[in-house]
Amino acid sequence: MSASTASATRPRAKEEGSALPVAVVCLVILLVWYIAAIPMNWVVTEPKIAAAGGGLSNILSFSWSEARPVIPAPHQIALELWNSVFGVKPWMPKSLVYHGWVTLSSTLLGFFLGALLGIALAIAIVHVTFLAKSLMPWIIASQTIPILAIAPMVIVVLGSLGFTGLVPKSLISMYLCFFPVTIGMVKGLTSPETMQLDLMRTYNASTSEVLWKLRFPASVPFLFTSLKVAVAIALTGAIVGEMPTGAVAGIGARLLQGSYFGQTVQIWAALFMGSFIAAGLVWLVGVVERFTLRRMGARP
Amino acid sequence: MRKWQLSDILYPIIFGIGVLALWQAVVKGFGVPPVLLPAPTDIAAKFMSSLPILWVDFVQTVIRAVIPGWIIGSLAGFLVAILCDRIPFLRRGLLPLGNLVAALPIVGMAPILVMWFGFDWHSKAAMVVVMTFFPMLINATAGLQASGHLERDLMLSYGSSWWQTLLKLRLPAAMPFVFNALKINSTLAMIGAIVAEFFGTPTMGMGFRISTEVGRLGLDMVWAEIAVAAITGSVFYGLLVFLERRVTFWHPSYRR
Repeated sequence: MSASTASATRPRAKEEGSALPVAVVCLVILLVWYIAAIPMNWVVTEPKIAAAGGGLSNILSFSWSEARPVIPAPHQIALELWNSVFGVKPWMPKSLVYHGWVTLSSTLLGFFLGALLGIALAIAIVHVTFLAKSLMPWIIASQTIPILAIAPMVIVVLGSLGFTGLVPKSLISMYLCFFPVTIGMVKGLTSPETMQLDLMRTYNASTSEVLWKLRFPASVPFLFTSLKVAVAIALTGAIVGEMPTGAVAGIGARLLQGSYFGQTVQIWAALFMGSFIAAGLVWLVGVVERFTLRRMGARP
Repeated sequence: MRKWQLSDILYPIIFGIGVLALWQAVVKGFGVPPVLLPAPTDIAAKFMSSLPILWVDFVQTVIRAVIPGWIIGSLAGFLVAILCDRIPFLRRGLLPLGNLVAALPIVGMAPILVMWFGFDWHSKAAMVVVMTFFPMLINATAGLQASGHLERDLMLSYGSSWWQTLLKLRLPAAMPFVFNALKINSTLAMIGAIVAEFFGTPTMGMGFRISTEVGRLGLDMVWAEIAVAAITGSVFYGLLVFLERRVTFWHPSYRR
C-alpha cells in the first residue's frame, strides 16, 4: 500500500496546544458512543427493559451493561481489557497479553524481513538501470493486488510444505510492509544531489563507498518515515494472517472467535489491544528515529 | 515530465513475461503439484472456463461493495477535511486522532461491521467506507494547507470570499493530495471488502470464493480470482493516474 506517500506529505502538526482540542474531540466521541449505544442496543435490551418496568434509569443501566450488546459501552470494553490483561496470568489462552504477544512476534519478524527486503530491493533498483525500469512498475502493480486476500492461500500452501505458526504470518507481514520501505528508500538513496555525487567522484570513491558514505546516510530520514508506515502495515498483515486459517492464538484469532460466538465485548477488547500494539510500535520507531537523527547531527 | 520512451513499456513487459515463463518452467519442470502452485497456463484455462462465476463474484465484491464504499468513504473524508479547514479547532482536535487511527489495524472492525450490517454487501461497503475515510481526511487536510501564502494573499487582495478562495485556489492546489489518497484508497477498498467477506457472506464474492476454494484445495480457481483482483486493481489505479494527469496538468511533475 502506498500509504508511505501519505505520511511523507503529512504536515508536522505541531500547532500550539492541540491537547485541548484532542481532549474535546475524544469527549464528544465518548458522549456520542454512550448515547448511540441506547438505540443500537435496543433490539437486545428492549424486552429486559420492558420487563423491568421501563423508566430512564432502567434504559440506561440495561443499554450500558448488556452482556452481548450490539455495541458495548466504552467502560465495558475497558473492564474486559483490564480483566483479560491483568486479571489472568499472561501465558493463559484467556489472556490478551498472550494473544498480543503471538501477534507481536510474527509482526516483528515480518517487519524485520520486510524492511531488509525493502532496503535490498531499493539498493538494487538504484544501482541497476534495467531493474529500475523493469521492477518498479511491477512492485507498484503488486500492491494493487489485495495481498490480504491471498493470505489464506499462502498459509495453507506453506502449511502443507511444513511451515506452520510464525513463519507464514510473518511472510504476509513481510510482503505487505516491504513496499513502503522500497519506495521510501529509493527516494532516499537518490536524494543526494549531483554536486555531492560529483564530489565523491573527485575523491575516487567506489560505488560501495558512495553507497555507505553518502547515499545511505542521506536516506536515513526517508527510511524512518517508511518504517513507521511499514510497522503499522506489518501488524495489520499479521492480524489478517491469523483470521482465515482458524488460528487458535493471536489478535486475529481472538476477533474470529469473538465473531463466531457473538462475544462483542471480546472483539472490541481485542481490537483495542491491537490498536495499542500498533500505536506502541509506531511510537517506538519514532523514538529510535529521533535518537538516530540526533546522533547523526540533524536538528529537530 | 520527460517523454515516454519505448523502454518504459518494453522492459516491464519483458520482465513480466520472464517471470511467468520461469514460473511455468519451474512448475512443469519440477512437477510441482497443482495443490501447491498451479502453472500460469492452468490458471488461464480455469479463468476462461469459469468466467460466469468470476463475473458474479466481481459484481458482488467490486460493483456492490468496493466502488460505493470507496466513493462514500472518500467523499466523507473530503467533506470533513473541508469542515476542519473552516473550523481550526476541529482540525487541531481531529487531525492527531486521524493520524493515529490511520496507523491502526482497522480491518479488525470487519467482524463488528458484519454483525451490524448483516452478511450481504452492506457490511462490506461499510468496511470500505471506514477504511477509506481516514487516508482521505489526512491527505485532503494536508492538501488544503498546500497553497502558498503568496497566492492566498493575492486572493485576499482581490477581495475574494472564503468560498471563492477555496474553489479557485485551494481546492485545485489540494488535488495532488486528494488523488494520492484516492490511489491509496483504491487498494485499501479492495482489501477491506475481501477481508470483510471472511466473516460471513452470501455464497458469492471474491473473498468468499478464495476462502472456500482454499479449503477445497482448488488453487487454480484462487489464482483466477487473484488475477481478477489484480486486473481490477491495476485498471482502477490506471484510471486514477489518467484522471490525475487531466486534473493536475499544472503540477511540476507533469510539466514537460
